[in-house]
Amino acid sequence: MSATQSHDTESHEDHHPTARDYVNIALVLALLTALEVSTYFFDFGPIAIPLLIVLMIIKFVMVANFFMHLKFDTKIYKQLLYTGLAFAVVLYTLTLIIFVFERAPSV
Amino acid sequence: MTADAQATTLGLDHRKLAMWTFLGSEFLFFGAFVAAYLLYVTTTAGGPGVEIFDIPFTSISSFVLLMSSLTMVLAHNAHRQGDLRRMRMWILATAGQGAVFLGGQVFEFTTFYNEGLVFTQSPFASSFYVLTGFHGVHVFVGILLLMSLYALSLTGKVKRDQDLKTEMIGLYWHFVDIIWVVIFAVVYLIPEIAVG
Repeated sequence: MSATQSHDTESHEDHHPTARDYVNIALVLALLTALEVSTYFFDFGPIAIPLLIVLMIIKFVMVANFFMHLKFDTKIYKQLLYTGLAFAVVLYTLTLIIFVFERAPSV
Repeated sequence: MTADAQATTLGLDHRKLAMWTFLGSEFLFFGAFVAAYLLYVTTTAGGPGVEIFDIPFTSISSFVLLMSSLTMVLAHNAHRQGDLRRMRMWILATAGQGAVFLGGQVFEFTTFYNEGLVFTQSPFASSFYVLTGFHGVHVFVGILLLMSLYALSLTGKVKRDQDLKTEMIGLYWHFVDIIWVVIFAVVYLIPEIAVG
């Protein structure tokens, strides 16, 4: 195999969804987005923010799993992506907690 | 796999491994700006706050970007099947939707500026423009990558069996999309409900 012909190095050919699968996934994502936007037009009460967070996570995971093929690729890629995400969430959550308790500069 | 110049000791293509490592590190980049925004979301210095957002308009932009992920994955799918003509069609569709999203962002920024949300107006304004602006820069870079792929494919420099090139650009594009999924919820919708 030449240096530029490497599409079969990880042999995940058989597991890829079809074009129809991708369209179905996009339809689900569109519906979830519509549900997200509906929280702006209708009063969902105290469940609005938890609902938005859950919908955001579902959309995130769906794009990563199906469009980025994390579900079908080697686990190392998933670990790289989610390790970066975990680092960021922990680091900036702690930073925000410290800032809130220390009182951030305000104008 | 034979002695492939692109393979690593993990048996994976090192370009793809590098792309995933880069994408993982990008969370730290965007995380800093999201954290700054959340910290200053109510610090408006008497200027406009989150009530300035036009949620219906941004929802359409978000929908366009989300659907560009579909056309991107269809481009990769076509390339995997060796159909370069269809791949180029989906690449153009993806770049076009990216351009629509960017146009929407330029329109949004212009409107906000005219309504008094100037970059130096307040910590809220600065953190909003920096976060969404850097995302816009990522979209712009993505469009350049897509158009480069399109041109290289037309000139025969991207061949039927080189779908990894489309996949790599696709990974970047999908990442830009999932970052917007987070921004749309955390920057626009949640503050609009919590503060607005």
